[in-house]
Amino acid sequence: MTTTPTARDIRLPRLSLKGRRATRPDDARDRGIVSDFDGKKRGVRLGMGGVHFVLFVGLVVAGLGPLLWLAKSAVTPTQDTLRQPLALWPNGIDWANLQSAWVEVHIDQYFWNTIVIAAGSWLFQLLVATTAGYALSVLRPKYGPVLNGAILATMFIPAVVLLVPLYLTIVNPPLLGDVSLLNNYLAVWLPAAANAFNILLVKRFFDALPREVFEAARTDGAGPFRLFWSIVLPMSKPILGVVSVFAIIAAWKDFLWPMLVLPDPAVQPLSVRLPAVQGSIELDVFLAALAISTLIPVVLFLLFQGVFLRSAGLGGAVKG
Amino acid sequence: MTITAKPPAAAQSAVESAPAATPPRRTRPRNLRTWVRGGGLSTLVFLAPMLVVFAIFSWSPIVQSIIMSLQKTNLLDAPTWVGLDNFVTVLSDPLLGTAILNTLYFAALALLFGFPLPILVAVLMSEVRRAKGFYSALAYLPVVVPPVVAVLLWKVFYDASPTGLFNTVLGWFGLPAQPWLQSSATAMPSLVLEATWAGAGGAIIIYLAALLSVPPELYDAAEVDGASIWNKIWHVTLPQLRGILFIMLILQVIATAQVFLEPFLFTGGGPNNATVTVLLLIYRYAFQNSLGGDYGEATALSVMLAIVLALLSWLYFRLTNRWSS
Repeated sequence: MTTTPTARDIRLPRLSLKGRRATRPDDARDRGIVSDFDGKKRGVRLGMGGVHFVLFVGLVVAGLGPLLWLAKSAVTPTQDTLRQPLALWPNGIDWANLQSAWVEVHIDQYFWNTIVIAAGSWLFQLLVATTAGYALSVLRPKYGPVLNGAILATMFIPAVVLLVPLYLTIVNPPLLGDVSLLNNYLAVWLPAAANAFNILLVKRFFDALPREVFEAARTDGAGPFRLFWSIVLPMSKPILGVVSVFAIIAAWKDFLWPMLVLPDPAVQPLSVRLPAVQGSIELDVFLAALAISTLIPVVLFLLFQGVFLRSAGLGGAVKG
Repeated sequence: MTITAKPPAAAQSAVESAPAATPPRRTRPRNLRTWVRGGGLSTLVFLAPMLVVFAIFSWSPIVQSIIMSLQKTNLLDAPTWVGLDNFVTVLSDPLLGTAILNTLYFAALALLFGFPLPILVAVLMSEVRRAKGFYSALAYLPVVVPPVVAVLLWKVFYDASPTGLFNTVLGWFGLPAQPWLQSSATAMPSLVLEATWAGAGGAIIIYLAALLSVPPELYDAAEVDGASIWNKIWHVTLPQLRGILFIMLILQVIATAQVFLEPFLFTGGGPNNATVTVLLLIYRYAFQNSLGGDYGEATALSVMLAIVLALLSWLYFRLTNRWSS
């Protein structure tokens, strides 16, 4: 059998129990498409040099360029940005932009709202994914396969087409009488927690944990709750990290759903407020607000690059 | 927690560790008490959060969307059954054809720009083999920018005046200024350009991982047969990646069929309905209707979109399962 890259290789990279490196570390791979022999040819060497240069310039311009421009424009007066968007040294530096975005546009308030939304989504998603994954993988009730099927089936229905019925559920939630969940953060947190992909990821990881450990714990008298809290969760840090990254990024990015269920500007996150304030404030202040909103995700990415890039391999499956 | 061994748990573990010795896996609970002591209740406690959120926010909306597509609903009056009227209304809306064509146009352009580019960049990055972490980080940076910020920032870049950012760059090369979002001819390509920039990083990272799993021996073997660099890419690298390429293709089609953010924030569907997509149409039916929400029509269109997308996801699952087994 040829070793074609299988979907599982790509979807679950480096999620081994002890966070070990992948079976083939990068440095063990001693060659790529271009061989050492090819590299001795003059034309190929020049070509590779050219490729390297183009790649470097292209990635810097496309990856870093827009962010650097945003950082510059955030402290540039509007007229400079409009007349000479690509001037390296603006006529004046206007630090007050950041100040007025933060205070007058109330970016501070929306920033806080975004953090609360992300934190709550994270908490609820972890709670649902770990408890359900544990019950289905470790406790294994007889009706488990039925539930498994019911969860998997929801992955075939893209969330976005449930928009209207889900919205009506929020406006008029069952079992609560006349209470509406509009403008309540639960309206964002709870639907986010109904995420089949999280449960699938966590369950698969739990399935791979050594059963002997559970048996030993049970023999020592650990009940299901103790087993969950003291044995299974501490062994599952890698997958909990991945689910956390997904949950927080998704909450930070989400736009349409919070816009629908949080109509009150006072509780809206940045993603909903930024388009709304665009028309009513000056361009330089607006760009400062955009820059502030980008700062946290970018800083988080630079700090936890490894987790982000490893999760990105899984990201393909999330889009579906 | 005490250290006394619980009989049911111990018995169950014995069964699980030695399944051959005792054929029935677990005896049926005879009454409530044995069920509770056997761990049935605690299992339910662990399942409860999932059951509640899935029942209310996933399973019931799925059923509701089918019911609502057959009803006239506007939240105020009691819903009435109207049969397939909603589907008829939606299908006879002249905007639907436009929306479908626009969505297909978006998908086609996204495939044209967005599909080959990450493959090319990933192959180049894996060949350069220097500063790989730095390049991966650079390529992934646009993905980290919140999508709303990215769209709003690009809206500034797309300033149609001659001093707009992109028009300034075009000016450096002596090219004429473009209307970008303001003309129905260039609006859709502009949306796709931004979407490609925002999405390419994720695909690049996935392809980089896939490239690592191409066995180097295949390149050695190809060289023995006298293959050039292009031959190796065409006859070794791409065939080895065909599984992941096809998966990414399906995922991209699924994603582009649901495109909403770009047309909604960039153009609102304009100019002249040139960027109205299917999802934008659903949104308009339900939430931008002066006569109150046409929830029935919106869900009817959603159900039709869902059927198409479910077929695609089914295909995706079939393929990933076949390739991973």
